[in-house]
Amino acid sequence: MNRQRLVVIGNGMAGARTVEEILARGGDFDITMFGDEPYGNYNRIMLSNVLAGVEDESGIFLNDLSWYADNGITLHTGVRIDRIDRAARTVHGSDGSVTGYDKLVIATGSSAWVPPMKGVHVPGRGYHQGVFVFRTLDDTRAMIRYAREHERAVVIGGGLLGLEAARGLQNHLGHVTLVHAMGHLMNTQLNERAGRTLQATVEKKLGIDVVVDGMTTEILGKHAVTGVKLAGGRVIDCDVVVVAAGIRPNAQVAADSGLTVERGIVVDDQMRAAGEDDIYVVGECAQHRGEVYGLVAPLWDQAKVLADHVTGADAGAVYAGSQVATKLKVAGVDVAAMGLQSPEREDDELLEFAEPGRGVYKNVIIRDDRLVGATLVGDNSKALSLIKTFEKGLPVPEDRAALLFDLGGPAAEESVADMPDDEQVCNCNGVSKGALRSCVDGGCKTVSGVMDKTRAGKGCGTCKPLVQRIVEWANGGEAEEDPAASYYVPGVPMPKPELMDAIRRYELRSVSSVFAKLGGEEDAKSKMGLASLLKMMWGDRYVDERDARFINDRVHANIQRDGTFSVVPQMKGGVTTPADLKRIAEVAERHGVPMVKLTGGQRIDLLGIPKEKLPQIWAELDMPSGYAYAKSFRTVKTCVGSDFCRFGVGDSTALGIALEERYQGIEGPGKMKLAVTGCPRNCAEAYVKDLGVVAIDGGKWEIYVGGAAGAHVRKGDLLATVGSPAEVITLTGRFLQYYRENGNWLERTYAWVPRVGIEKIRAVVVDDEDGIAAGLDARMDAAVAAYRDPWKERAEPVTPGQFRTSLPLTVLPKVPVRA
Amino acid sequence: MRTLRILGPVHDIPVGEGRTFAVDGEMIAVFRLRDGSIRALSAVCPHRGGPLADGQIDLKQVVCPLHLYAWDLSTGCSLSGQDPVSVYPVRVDNEQLILEM
Repeated sequence: MNRQRLVVIGNGMAGARTVEEILARGGDFDITMFGDEPYGNYNRIMLSNVLAGVEDESGIFLNDLSWYADNGITLHTGVRIDRIDRAARTVHGSDGSVTGYDKLVIATGSSAWVPPMKGVHVPGRGYHQGVFVFRTLDDTRAMIRYAREHERAVVIGGGLLGLEAARGLQNHLGHVTLVHAMGHLMNTQLNERAGRTLQATVEKKLGIDVVVDGMTTEILGKHAVTGVKLAGGRVIDCDVVVVAAGIRPNAQVAADSGLTVERGIVVDDQMRAAGEDDIYVVGECAQHRGEVYGLVAPLWDQAKVLADHVTGADAGAVYAGSQVATKLKVAGVDVAAMGLQSPEREDDELLEFAEPGRGVYKNVIIRDDRLVGATLVGDNSKALSLIKTFEKGLPVPEDRAALLFDLGGPAAEESVADMPDDEQVCNCNGVSKGALRSCVDGGCKTVSGVMDKTRAGKGCGTCKPLVQRIVEWANGGEAEEDPAASYYVPGVPMPKPELMDAIRRYELRSVSSVFAKLGGEEDAKSKMGLASLLKMMWGDRYVDERDARFINDRVHANIQRDGTFSVVPQMKGGVTTPADLKRIAEVAERHGVPMVKLTGGQRIDLLGIPKEKLPQIWAELDMPSGYAYAKSFRTVKTCVGSDFCRFGVGDSTALGIALEERYQGIEGPGKMKLAVTGCPRNCAEAYVKDLGVVAIDGGKWEIYVGGAAGAHVRKGDLLATVGSPAEVITLTGRFLQYYRENGNWLERTYAWVPRVGIEKIRAVVVDDEDGIAAGLDARMDAAVAAYRDPWKERAEPVTPGQFRTSLPLTVLPKVPVRA
Repeated sequence: MRTLRILGPVHDIPVGEGRTFAVDGEMIAVFRLRDGSIRALSAVCPHRGGPLADGQIDLKQVVCPLHLYAWDLSTGCSLSGQDPVSVYPVRVDNEQLILEM
């Protein structure tokens, strides 16, 4: 049987995308495409970037000619189809060609609409010299060429396209005026206040003059443009005019061929032209249930349904229309709009926020506890969550303001780990977080590779940073959260409790034995977490394979950007002596240490130490390691306390020193930074530590846990108030042990405490409701007893070349040459 | 032209780790994998100049210690979208590491 012939009229984004979708479903057709423009398929949305000079032409092509060849597609560029013969099943081209089809796809898109204005055309020569529309690559090229040699432009049309054109033109000439016939900018998407906010930003920040309620009636100039005249007589001088007043579907050929055409070509729910079995229509030229879409996202939806149907992949596929929610940068200003612009019914709730000074306007419209409309201008930080609430019809929060603002809580930027898999990331190409993740899981580890495969970020490009974050996260890269969310480490597919059970059951005491028994293949990115866990579980019986350690733990120092290391001696509670200071100073001087710095944890940091010098420096300092490099107990910051401070109510330094003395070097799932402060004035910042102790009047101590003041800021939760330093020391050990045994790898206490819940932690640690306190204490005692100062490991390297430099080129072995 | 260089005894590199060697003015990171095989790569991370020999490895990849980007030990290709690094043929002959330049 011969293959069916599929003919596509239109080689724009809709036509090419539809063919891609058909190929993706294994559609077996002889495909012929006709493109009016003499190019392959390019991203029309990016033309404004080309105009603005931020993207070059080559960057906007979606499918180059090899794509057509590779997929056996016959492409006729520069050929316009003049007529469809439905009876004979042929299309007739402007070059005289006649091509037969079994299935036909009309994807003729739309063209610029030029409102009637005197002087816009020159009889027989097209547009007046200096007048341009903004629709194709050729339009854009011509506009750039002309604008460069002229000075003042008027853009007619204050919608999305007009704003982009105005912004882009600023790149090429000195002065741009935007003339809009309606009362405010982007009136299709925005209400008046939003439009005015946008206008103020465009005028103030971008320096574009905006005229609203300005109906252009005439283009002035005899040989070339010299100005425009508005209704009412106002004249604006200019030498370039760009008409961006809207688009109209290209439906003429369909109408001439007897198809039903209203505003666009009328289609059914399978994207077939009304009453036709073998003619499909897709994109801006299609009119579905009365709607004609001018944005890209609906087009992708349509292409999928069309492909499902024409290939038979899903003969029951139905296009039910698209919810148009947009989030974009218009001329550099964030704008998002969905649903209603303003309340329509009496009982619609409207929340509105305007901050004109910052160019911000936001509103949401709620009906029956559902979001039915939202607008954001100048601040898109809530756009993703609003779009999600809108599209899925989720109930809105009781505290309505949470729709518009981040009320307290963590960062404004949505954490990619928390996003559900089906959440759409790329709104142009309809790519979900789950699709990105499975692409990464499928072995595609680079952002560009994932973008190529999923096409995420290949539309308007505004989602690229988010795509990048998701791909990095899915790679288990620098992000703390891991793709296999529940695994303790990516290389062994088990959550921590299960992993610990298996390690105990099989007596796995080395990292390599864990891989061999449980993980299959060795995984570099899992070694450090396993080493930490095994050390915690087995203590002295742990079989320490040095390659499982991160470089910091191999050489007991923190690697710096240039490959040198930092040395931080222990300084318990931040208390030192003149003798110690003198020794540190002498060592620093003797070795020409490039930088000596006080750390945030009240210690002294010697920076820029070459690896090979570490043992010597430790020997000369003759102080214990401060552990400023490990996922371990770090330091106890203290204030002066009752010894000297006139406000102090408790001896914070003594308690801080005692805590550090006891828990020094204890490794854990993440760093543990502690503090003890002598009164609630909190000079030692105890409220924002993994564990912070605050002396209060009456000889009592409060213990706070799960605080943080790094990238994440959180005040700790009050675990207990106790009556003596001894109780503080016991509860600290028990809390830290509970965290060590239950926290996920790299999960700091600020995440772990809220995850487990302070009530649960208090029940275990303080009230011993689970009856495990004695066990926790005993295991912590064992860990404390196993402490050895790693800086004593200096007389002999533990492994060959342990301290040999890896960079730069000094003290390397001379290499003999063999012929 | 191929030149062979003897880098020294294989036991100079602990199992599962890497060490840097200077060869003809080049910095070469040589890794001894847990399956006993040897790999040699350009020692400088193309991202920010990190010392790859200080990175953690498995049988496939080395992870730069500075920003945790990864490279394929056999091909030198980045597994994380960075530029590739050079790879060098290397083998063990009579307990000696032999590198081909």
